Amino acid sequence: MAIGVKVMKRPERDVSYVRATLKGMALTFKHMFEPKVTMQYPEEKSTADWSLSQRWRGTHRMLTDEQGRSKCVACGLCPQICPANCIKLVPGEDEQGNRYPLIYEIDEFRCIFCGYCQEVCPEEAIHVGVHYENAEYTRGRFVYDLERLQSQTHAVSTLWDPSDPRGE
Amino acid sequence: MTPEMKGFILLSVIKMLFVFTVIMIGVALLTLMERKVSAWMQNRRGPNRVGWAGLLQPAADGVKNILKEETYPALANQGLFFLAPALSFIPALLLSAVIPFAAPLPLDFDFSLGPLGRFAHHGPMPMVVADLPVGFLFVLSISSMGVYGIALAGWASNSKYALLGGLRASAQMISYEVAMGLSLIPVLLMSGNVTFSSIIHQQQAGLWYVLPLFLSFFIFLVSGFAETNRLPFDLPEAESELIAGYHTEYSAMKFSFFFIAEYANVVTVCAMATTLFFGGWDIPGHWDEQGGVLQTLVTGAAFFLKLMFWIFFVMWIRWTLPRFRYDQLMALGWKVLMPLALGYIMVTCTAIYGIEHLAGITSPKLEALALFGLNIVLGVLVFGLLDSGMFVRGSVRRQSTYEVTS
Repeated sequence: MAIGVKVMKRPERDVSYVRATLKGMALTFKHMFEPKVTMQYPEEKSTADWSLSQRWRGTHRMLTDEQGRSKCVACGLCPQICPANCIKLVPGEDEQGNRYPLIYEIDEFRCIFCGYCQEVCPEEAIHVGVHYENAEYTRGRFVYDLERLQSQTHAVSTLWDPSDPRGE
Repeated sequence: MTPEMKGFILLSVIKMLFVFTVIMIGVALLTLMERKVSAWMQNRRGPNRVGWAGLLQPAADGVKNILKEETYPALANQGLFFLAPALSFIPALLLSAVIPFAAPLPLDFDFSLGPLGRFAHHGPMPMVVADLPVGFLFVLSISSMGVYGIALAGWASNSKYALLGGLRASAQMISYEVAMGLSLIPVLLMSGNVTFSSIIHQQQAGLWYVLPLFLSFFIFLVSGFAETNRLPFDLPEAESELIAGYHTEYSAMKFSFFFIAEYANVVTVCAMATTLFFGGWDIPGHWDEQGGVLQTLVTGAAFFLKLMFWIFFVMWIRWTLPRFRYDQLMALGWKVLMPLALGYIMVTCTAIYGIEHLAGITSPKLEALALFGLNIVLGVLVFGLLDSGMFVRGSVRRQSTYEVTS
């Protein structure tokens, strides 16, 4: 025996081979008639005991005011805080001196879905959404422009609340 | 050529087409069944997207496999690499030719077919493609040909994993061939014949051989698992160690052929188990021996049911037991199953001699019952010893003879 080889002390007398095999086979046979746990995804997207978290951070959504304009005031905080540098913002100003985004683009491929943009936004304009079905046919379609961000309708993500850390 | 000869050829061609079609479709459906059974045993649903309840899944798999790119590894032996799937596929399919799948069909015809002349057939037609006089010896010899395909696939791939898988497969199949062959000698002793049809007739006269030759059946089944490279003996393709073993380098339809061969082998082993130990197409009672179209259909269904049960059993074992270690596999084959089979041959010889010549029992039913009694005693003994781990012991006893340092 080589030095340092640890020999496992396995039970010798109490082992069972035939009984253990039969027990295992009974178990697998029993499982054939138990309710199935598979969720049939495209048809059912949530079940009684499983649903997507309200804090899920998916692709973005820009909220709009009553006139259908984006709530964004182009303050520049979100591109500033974005760790992935995926937000492109060119601010503009109208005759009354209201700032609005001329260009607002989010590259969802670069985005790491940290949710800082939603956290930092003073106007509660940009949000990460509870949404995960993002398939597209071209890579270019993953750069969401302002119009697209505004037209999204999915639920927005709930921010983490320190007084309720588990989201209950 | 006589009309009878032409009739025989015509019927043989029809039976060949029938068996070939059934085996190919059946094997395709078995891949689905395997996935379904595994899913159910793990509380999943299994494939259910293509066709009703996933029934067209094998077709989708087939289309995918045909359309996929065929890859050849660099420095592979092209010829052998190409030949290997065929070499494992052909013997697997050949074996289905000798299994009788229903009671003989009474058939009488005599007709002319233009320039081909007269075709005639009279009397019962055996429902088997070729009722060979060499019977299960043919199965044993051809099934061991399958190892060439696997060993060559491993060698021609120019890959260390494939080579190891191929080597393991050949060592394993040769080892278990011994136990398998020996386990069938008691069947030969009981029936006095190796032909499948006469073995079935013997079982109709007496009892199904699983009762008087239970240990034989057990050894045959375990060796059958090893012969078909199914879990718990799927060492040749052990994923955790060898990626996919001998078919690591195969893609597309060539890979699929190995798969088909494996399932065809499973069907053959199950059909052998059914025929040799469960009466083949026999239904208890004498109704099925009268001969008739209905009898043929019902016995065919009976054979199919028994076969499906054993195929299910194979899958059941696969999704229950973990894989053996390689030394355990070899130890089980050479140190347990082979001596057990040899000892069982001796016991059966003695018992049959005693029953027939000393006790003077000639009725096959009584003889089978007497052997059944003997098998209960032997079974309790053998399974008791197996259960206590006296036969299949771990490495700990061998190690305990060394002094443990550190």
